[in-house]
Amino acid sequence: MSIIEFRQVSKHFGDLKVLDKVDLNINQGEVVVLIGPSGSGKSTLLRCINGLEMITGGDLVVDGISVLSGNVNLREIRQEAGMVFQQFNLFPQLTAEDNVAFGPRHVRGLSRSESLKISHELLEKVGLADKKKHLPAELSGGQQQRVAIARALAIKPKVMLFDEPTSALDPELRQEVLSVMQRLAEEGMTMVVVTHEMSFARQVGSRLIFMENGKIAVDGKPQEMLINPSNPRLQDFLKHVE
Amino acid sequence: MSVDWSIIPQFLPQLFNGAKMTIYITLVGLVGGMIIGILAGLMRAYGSRLVNFIALVYIEVIRGTPIVVQVMFLYFALPVLASVRIDPLSAAIIAIIINAGAYIAEIVRGSLQSISPGLREAGLAMGLPRWKVLALIVGPLAFRRMIPPLGNQFIVSLKDTSLFIVIGVGELTRTGQEIMASNFRAVEIWTAVAVIYLILTGALTLMLRVIEKRMRIL
Repeated sequence: MSIIEFRQVSKHFGDLKVLDKVDLNINQGEVVVLIGPSGSGKSTLLRCINGLEMITGGDLVVDGISVLSGNVNLREIRQEAGMVFQQFNLFPQLTAEDNVAFGPRHVRGLSRSESLKISHELLEKVGLADKKKHLPAELSGGQQQRVAIARALAIKPKVMLFDEPTSALDPELRQEVLSVMQRLAEEGMTMVVVTHEMSFARQVGSRLIFMENGKIAVDGKPQEMLINPSNPRLQDFLKHVE
Repeated sequence: MSVDWSIIPQFLPQLFNGAKMTIYITLVGLVGGMIIGILAGLMRAYGSRLVNFIALVYIEVIRGTPIVVQVMFLYFALPVLASVRIDPLSAAIIAIIINAGAYIAEIVRGSLQSISPGLREAGLAMGLPRWKVLALIVGPLAFRRMIPPLGNQFIVSLKDTSLFIVIGVGELTRTGQEIMASNFRAVEIWTAVAVIYLILTGALTLMLRVIEKRMRIL
């Protein structure tokens, strides 16, 4: 059953057409990896799912709710779709545990102690139980991103959206974030991941989408697409990435 | 006439009364100015085009005209235009409110917009309503950045009250002027007045320092 449904979705920024009548169904449990040259629309596609960008044409249905059906419904969608950003975007004035507890407390309306309990479990899960009292500024980039993943998981989403989660990290810090994401995928979380990490796409992705000029150019199994790419522009792109 | 500092004490009660009036105008004016300023600042930062424009006109008109002209307008022109008569004290307070409000609005807008948009997105992406993102995330962060420029504005507003001498409000400067007119002790009286202003602005600065320090821990 598809949990995310793009129906002829277009997105314009003024005269610029970023998404061009995209049709896409994402099923529960899929790990969809989005790749493509910069400006191809992959981040925009991701950000349309939780309404951080509003679509300008077509319809987009997440867990049975259209992103066009008003603010209240949009908040409903956002509570079902956790998001992880390239720049982490942790709340700088809050400790790691309070960052993760923020959603349960202020979105789900749980008590402070219940929220902290969820927070501690999730920090444990991402391997940062000992950093719970640290402020974001006191953590490395990789640690911050793992806190950010825990924070997104804390509202118990059905889908996780990752917008270039390792692009701002030094190479030696990427693996710790990718490992957390891999474990999440193995637990059956539905994930949509914009990334340049081809090894992640190959090992963890169940589906690979190559975007170009606001359109889905290739959509298939990562192994087949990466080992034996038929599309010449995908070939070209892979040569530049690896 | 030689300088004789010993004449000051006898005028201190009178000067303190003037200082009280100065504090009163400043305090009420700044409370009102903060309310107007936050409102106009939010309008500028988050309002629709029309709302933003209304706030912009208010800010530019006030920033572009001297406060003396503003208070004269309130006190002398408004009765003619709208047949509303206001007493000098009210005119003074309203002048501080609208004047400080315009500057505070720009401080509020600037601080809000200086907070990384990513934090707002992180809040929205969780499913928080906009007002909660503002109240719980962006607002507190922005408030910290507002304190130093707000401190400046508070001091400017406090000193601006001295200009209300033109409509005869009995604040500190006016009181000094009145004493001067009776004894011509310019050096002694104006020194005393200046020192009292320094004490007032000094206390204000100190208070803001303490608040800023507290906020840093937040």
